[in-house]
Amino acid sequence: MSENLTAAMASVLTAEEVVVEYRGRPPFRAVDGVSLAIAPGEVVALVGESGCGKSSLARALVGIEKRAAGSIRLGPSDIHVLGLRRRSPEMTRMQMVFQDPNSSLNPRRRIGDQIGDGVRAAVARGDEPSDPADWLVRVGLDPLAVTSYPHEFSGGQKQRIAIARALAARPGMLVADEPISALDASTQTSVAALMRSLSVEAGAGMLFISHDLSVVRRIADRTLVMYCGRIVESGDTETIWRNPFHPYTRALLAAVPVPDGSGRVPAAPLDAERVTWTDSFPEALERTPAW
Amino acid sequence: MTVTPSNVSASAAAALAFRGLRIELRTPNGPRAIVGGIDIALGRGRIHGLAGESGSGKTVTILAVLGLLPDSMSVSGSIVLDAPADGTGEPIELVGAGGSVLGAVRGRRVAMVFQDPSTSLHPQLSVGRQLTDHVRHHLKLGKQEARDRAVSLLTRVRVPDPASALAKFPHQFSGGQRQRIAIAVALACDPDVLLADEPTTALDVTVQAGVLQLLRDLVDETNLSVLLVTHDLGVMSAIADEVTVMRAGLVVESAPRQKLFTAPRHEYTKSLLAALPGSTLEAPPDVLAEKLFEHPKNEERVDV
Amino acid sequence: MHDASTLVTEGQGPANTTHLRWRRPSWRRGRFSALGIAGAAIALGWIVVAILGPVIEPHDPLAQDLPRLQAPGQGTLLGVDALGRDVFSRLIAGAGVTIPLSLLLVVMSVLIGAILGSVAGFFGRWVDESIMRITDLVMAFPTVILAMVIAAALGASLLNAVLAALIVSWPSYARLTRGLVLSLRTSNYVVAGQLLGFSPLRSLKRDIAPNVIGPILVLASLDIGTAILLLSGLSFLGLGAKPPTAEWGSMVSDAVQNFDAWWLGVFPGLAILTIVVAFNFVGDALRDALDPKSNTLRGGGSTL
Repeated sequence: MSENLTAAMASVLTAEEVVVEYRGRPPFRAVDGVSLAIAPGEVVALVGESGCGKSSLARALVGIEKRAAGSIRLGPSDIHVLGLRRRSPEMTRMQMVFQDPNSSLNPRRRIGDQIGDGVRAAVARGDEPSDPADWLVRVGLDPLAVTSYPHEFSGGQKQRIAIARALAARPGMLVADEPISALDASTQTSVAALMRSLSVEAGAGMLFISHDLSVVRRIADRTLVMYCGRIVESGDTETIWRNPFHPYTRALLAAVPVPDGSGRVPAAPLDAERVTWTDSFPEALERTPAW
Repeated sequence: MTVTPSNVSASAAAALAFRGLRIELRTPNGPRAIVGGIDIALGRGRIHGLAGESGSGKTVTILAVLGLLPDSMSVSGSIVLDAPADGTGEPIELVGAGGSVLGAVRGRRVAMVFQDPSTSLHPQLSVGRQLTDHVRHHLKLGKQEARDRAVSLLTRVRVPDPASALAKFPHQFSGGQRQRIAIAVALACDPDVLLADEPTTALDVTVQAGVLQLLRDLVDETNLSVLLVTHDLGVMSAIADEVTVMRAGLVVESAPRQKLFTAPRHEYTKSLLAALPGSTLEAPPDVLAEKLFEHPKNEERVDV
Repeated sequence: MHDASTLVTEGQGPANTTHLRWRRPSWRRGRFSALGIAGAAIALGWIVVAILGPVIEPHDPLAQDLPRLQAPGQGTLLGVDALGRDVFSRLIAGAGVTIPLSLLLVVMSVLIGAILGSVAGFFGRWVDESIMRITDLVMAFPTVILAMVIAAALGASLLNAVLAALIVSWPSYARLTRGLVLSLRTSNYVVAGQLLGFSPLRSLKRDIAPNVIGPILVLASLDIGTAILLLSGLSFLGLGAKPPTAEWGSMVSDAVQNFDAWWLGVFPGLAILTIVVAFNFVGDALRDALDPKSNTLRGGGSTL
């Protein structure tokens, strides 16, 4: 279903051959030519292990990090890096949810005011004003808490407040960088599912970055698998899970423990296999379900 | 309201037995219980998993074994380390044990592996030094003997090219290899019990698989007993023989692995498994999302 | 004491607010210590004395009509100095000189330093470089030499001493503020604000300033003592207050010539001591109250 959607509607986020480099001799390529497109109402997962470049890619997409090459567009407009100029109202349609809930909110301001910043960004664009208390209800928190400060909440609740703030700005695109990794395991799936339903309901596209494949399987329409700065496999989530093509994807999925109580230790990749992970296979990209 | 099948806790041959363990934190408002009286039995040659979320008290429980808690915490109850398998020596009570008793136990009879491989090894000592130092202290080995032992330990934990690894430093190894080296350091004096606090949480999943396999093999091949603390139920399902679930400082359920994952008895365990992707009791995502909205109407907040 | 049912799990409302009877402000993380309260009381007392000076002094501080070098208790409370002036009245008058000027010095140093430091930290690059090089240059000046230079050029007076002190004091605030702003600038919430269309000014005002004020306030309150010592010291050296102005530092300087009349130096010295220590207690208590780390376990463990 999702690939029909992508074809029919213009994508809200388009990236072409993005390269992100860090200084060094030689310079380190964290992102080595990544292209992607995300449609409104679509949830796309970006998975990979540490050091694969997914965070650098996320930061470049949003404009926190500068890119060495490639183009990134939100709708028709080019995304420029955050600098001394303030972001235009149009550009505030790109919002981000960060990994660490503790530093995502200003400790000295009431959460109602911070969600209000999101509302104000939407209003500046000509959208209808909304009530921060309503957004708290939408993420399952007490609306009376608008006058509270961040330290009065737990990590998971703070993350939901950050999500409320991002959604209050009525984004067209939401980039979530490991948003559930810092939460207790028992709430990870619930918060991920909540993020999916709220963003789909808002008609926004969401790029959900995670190293936790199991959770992502349940909420993402499409999945991008990243290794060493490149997308090695992409396409429909279930198809990739049931029938992974690229050697890295296979190793990755085989290594995930299945919590069924069977005592089966997941397979550890052999060194001989690891060398094949940098190969590229065009057939692994843009996989669609075989009907 | 705990659910404990009798066959798990009654074993007299428990390598490490916790009875009525209670840990309190001294606060300006009086003592606060972090662990409120728990019983756990680690069977010989078994991997016992201690599962729980943050705040459950699982980490302080294992820190209490070797007396690693800060002075602001007080421990009461009993942690008994059973006599060595060869019959020499007596069981040792570890709660309230003095410095010399703990000194003889730490590293020699009970060893520990921590979560973060980048800080669990000394950054300025070579791997060889870290492996041989306490071996020479505890087992009184000569230099060459200790060195040979170090090489065999590294081989056992499957670190490539052990002989040249001895001269290297921790930063020259990857995270997974550092964790293996940390396990080797822990096993250097052939301890009876290995305490592992989130040993694979900081590792990538492809690396984690190898370390889990290593732990399982070590236990299967020797008489090592492992008390494994982790919040990751997937890891529990892979290698634990028995699992104890903790919540807010109390034991909620304790059962053999298969039973816990397929037929949990306590509500809390059931809710954990319902929220766990891949478990047999998994609930659909939208049902889980609904749970976020169910909360009893809060205590009134009185604004002054 | 420990109740297993008072669990805080996700979705059950804000943590830790169950029994609060008042909404704790965002900046108060700990309690204001008893020493801090005592210090605040003493400091406040001296400030009141400074304000009420002319009203409460029993004698004209400049009048030289009392028996010279009379010991305390023989007509006056604290004795008479070499020129026939009442020490007690001069002490009170001195408060009215030293305290306002010290406060002024600190306030101006903070303002200049904080503004320059914020600009340097937030905008970075050449703005940062140029401001920091000026800061380094100024910090290299020894205070007393600078005061002497200014005294030589503009004449010795209390105002000129304040000017010299101001020039050497603002750099440390600039450095502190720049460091704080630099670390805050990359915080997720600052970035989030920018993504929501905040201008740099709004980011500075809303996100950076409130989080920078705390540490600055602590440094400033600890610095008031230093400022008092600085001004008194300069006056003691003859670079500040000119006779016949009653100022604690110059009173101590005068006392050197009449060593037998212990009351001439001891009382002004005690005045300086008490107020400096009082402000130090206030600063320490403020720092502990604002610093969340003082409430956690030693070692900062959070994985309970």
